[in-house]
Amino acid sequence: MATDLKINGKQHQVDLPDDVPLLWVLRDEIGLTGTKFGCGVAACGACTVHIDGEAVRSCQVALSDVWGDVTTIEGVGTPDSMAAIQQAWVDHQVAQCGYCQSGQIMQAAALLAENPAPSDEDIDDAMQGNLCRCGTYPRIRAAIHDAASKLKEA
Amino acid sequence: MASVGKILRRTFLIGSAAIVGGVAFGAYYVSRPAANPLKPGEGETALSPFVLIDQQGVTLFAPRAEMGQGVMTTWAALIAEELDVELDQIRVLHGPAAAAYYNSALIGEGLPNKGYDISDFQHNLGEALGVLGRTLSLQVTGGSTSMRDGFERMREAGATARETLKQAAADRLGVDRSQLKTENGAVIAPDGTRIPYTELAEAAGQIEPPEVELRDPTNWRLLGQNLPRVDVVGKSTGTAEFGIDVRPEGLKFASVRINPKLGGEMKGFDASEAEQMPGVEKVVDLGNGVAVIASNTWLAIQAVEAIDVDWGDAPYPPETDAIFAEIAKAFDASPNSTMRDDGDVDTLPEGASEITAEYTVPYLAHATMEPMNATALFTGSALELWCGNQAPTLVQIRAASTANLDKEAVQIHTTYLGGGFGRRGELDFGEIATKVAMAMPGVPVQTTWSREEDMRHDYYRPGAMARMRGAVKDGQAVLIDGKVASQSCTQQAVQRYTGMPGGGPDKVLVEGFFNQPYAVTNYRMSGHIADLDIPVGFWRSVGNSHNGFFHETFMDEMAHAAGRDPLEFRLELAKAEHAPSAGCLQAVKEMSGWTGETPEGVGRGVAMTYSFGTPVAQVIEVIDEDGTTRIAKAWIACDVGLALDPGTVEAQMYGGMIYGLSAAVMGEITFADGEVEQYNFPDYDALRMHNAPVTEVKILETNRHMGGVGEPGTPPSMPALGNALFDLTGERARTLPLINQFNLLI
Repeated sequence: MATDLKINGKQHQVDLPDDVPLLWVLRDEIGLTGTKFGCGVAACGACTVHIDGEAVRSCQVALSDVWGDVTTIEGVGTPDSMAAIQQAWVDHQVAQCGYCQSGQIMQAAALLAENPAPSDEDIDDAMQGNLCRCGTYPRIRAAIHDAASKLKEA
Repeated sequence: MASVGKILRRTFLIGSAAIVGGVAFGAYYVSRPAANPLKPGEGETALSPFVLIDQQGVTLFAPRAEMGQGVMTTWAALIAEELDVELDQIRVLHGPAAAAYYNSALIGEGLPNKGYDISDFQHNLGEALGVLGRTLSLQVTGGSTSMRDGFERMREAGATARETLKQAAADRLGVDRSQLKTENGAVIAPDGTRIPYTELAEAAGQIEPPEVELRDPTNWRLLGQNLPRVDVVGKSTGTAEFGIDVRPEGLKFASVRINPKLGGEMKGFDASEAEQMPGVEKVVDLGNGVAVIASNTWLAIQAVEAIDVDWGDAPYPPETDAIFAEIAKAFDASPNSTMRDDGDVDTLPEGASEITAEYTVPYLAHATMEPMNATALFTGSALELWCGNQAPTLVQIRAASTANLDKEAVQIHTTYLGGGFGRRGELDFGEIATKVAMAMPGVPVQTTWSREEDMRHDYYRPGAMARMRGAVKDGQAVLIDGKVASQSCTQQAVQRYTGMPGGGPDKVLVEGFFNQPYAVTNYRMSGHIADLDIPVGFWRSVGNSHNGFFHETFMDEMAHAAGRDPLEFRLELAKAEHAPSAGCLQAVKEMSGWTGETPEGVGRGVAMTYSFGTPVAQVIEVIDEDGTTRIAKAWIACDVGLALDPGTVEAQMYGGMIYGLSAAVMGEITFADGEVEQYNFPDYDALRMHNAPVTEVKILETNRHMGGVGEPGTPPSMPALGNALFDLTGERARTLPLINQFNLLI
């Protein structure tokens, strides 16, 4: 049975079993590969997307349970038109291997939407579910603070 | 750029060659002063170039794996520095698997010297031997060698291209080449007219490249600066393509299970349930495991896990304790190497007091963020393989033999790597994807491992032990006698890559052990090889990753036995042996405001490891917070000789440190019933935002030769943390991971 999904403002009909996680719908069915597979057990945050603005681990949301509009990294901004948070990631040269960064950015975007001026402690709390094996944490922290101040000025 | 694929399938380019509508440049420097032995024949043009210019633009090739270390950007900058192009106006590609992209520095690293003590003659010998990398097809990213490898050759490639383009402009304008300048991808005529390189490319292809002097570093405009990474926009927008993101037309998705008793056989399997599961298209018998090809990766994972398999036993002791008993047994046999044997360690100097200690560190997984995967398309007569990998020529050879094809029939596409750390220098993921795709000819199939499969089928950093004996007298170290025992990654890897048994003294096993820059009169360091069949491989900083902990924890124990401040104790010994190493210790002393005293509830530790040509000193500060210990701060000083991109060096230093601290705190692979007991990140975690230290990095440039940066940040982190915990608690950390002994914040 086909399931209707709204992803990055666009309507999609997906014909997959109900229990297929949103992550694998996005990657293998829709072709949105910016959302990454890291662990499959909600332990690394690489698959983070937004559902109705809330950061969720898409590896844990079954297709039939998607309760709202989905936003992925591709829906946040594009190389030619980056969102402020992505520009901060570029300005601070955060990425090393880069594999976890889509999830990091989606988590950080949700944090800033809720808390426009997060403290270091707020960042620790919000971001500790997102693993980075390259250890880019210092620049992630700096980029979040920078994006917060830029968004405040805007 | 449609012509690129065709051009790149040929073999080798030295100098320049005309291509359709443009020109390609190789690294001329390699062959000088000999004439080009491989001049393209009629109709046979460019081959594996580093610079390609046609009407569409300028393309630079950085044939080293971009796994986060920034190599693509800095490699391109070496070329762009001399070529006078801007990095945001050109394209940078990995390029294909090709012999011309051999690593010249990797073999130099294998010479049996300590590294820091080498003469210019030995340095040059290393460079000359490096050309052997070409004949061995060593297109490898590893050993923190890329910049040492590319530093001369790529500037030469850029300079040769620039002067040839200028000659083409000079011919067109009827002026002398010396009257022309270059800037931002164009030749500038005496009257200020700009002629873009793209317009000169075709004519340049007909010109013999002139001999060129490299620019003086004082005139550099890119090298030595913080450059924007060429991959950073893609990696901030989800558009950078990793192996797992490759989507050729008609792609199917597969997942795999290999015997978790590593190296054991598969006796049989029952896939009847899996075959009925949704999306399943085919079950594949891999001999030592099974795969399922499906319409979706997740459906493939579900199905492959539903297969009932009868696994044979592992060819090693099934439990961790028995494995370490085997490692300990290696001490009883004669050493594989004794690469340092100074003075007389058998006689305790008169009046000296002796100390001994034994250390143990566990097996470790690489745990790259992107699980192992590769995508293959097998047609019967040819194979295309897409994957992030650290050794494309080796992947090509392995895939060809798996598919029973000639090497030339196998095309390798190297994507970005979602972490390498040594894991993607292995060939298993490419081989498995090839076998899976061979079951469905004509259809591209992406084989993705589950995280559990990835973690339980690694080539692990070997578990290792050390037995240290030392002596101090009058506040000074007068004797160090160390033995390390572990499996040999090198011998096992040689066997895997070449099919021939590796032998001889294993320098990698004792790196970070025998070659530390301390002036101690009686100093002997030996390596013992444990005979075990657990798959082991190269883990960021390799032998240094255990030896750094052994050596620098023991230095701390000696300092305390001598009644000395551990930083001053090291500084005195390093000053007498290697000034850049001493400089790093002095730098972290100043950065951290080291006094040797810490307030109640605060502990500090120091360590220094010389590895891959770069000494790195670190001070770690830990704080007790109501019984939980947090790693609060870190100070890092490195001496890389020449920092081609300081921002990248800084990132590699703290990234390497966090990789090491993660292992020190909680990294541990254990075995039960022959199987790895860790499945996923909840069992094998790493530092995260809340428990990674605030870090300050200082980059020094006094070292005579350029050192590596991707790995040297890792080794000193582990002993520095252990030494800090000793300072805080009075308890000595002699076994990793530390979480088994200390209540660290996780």
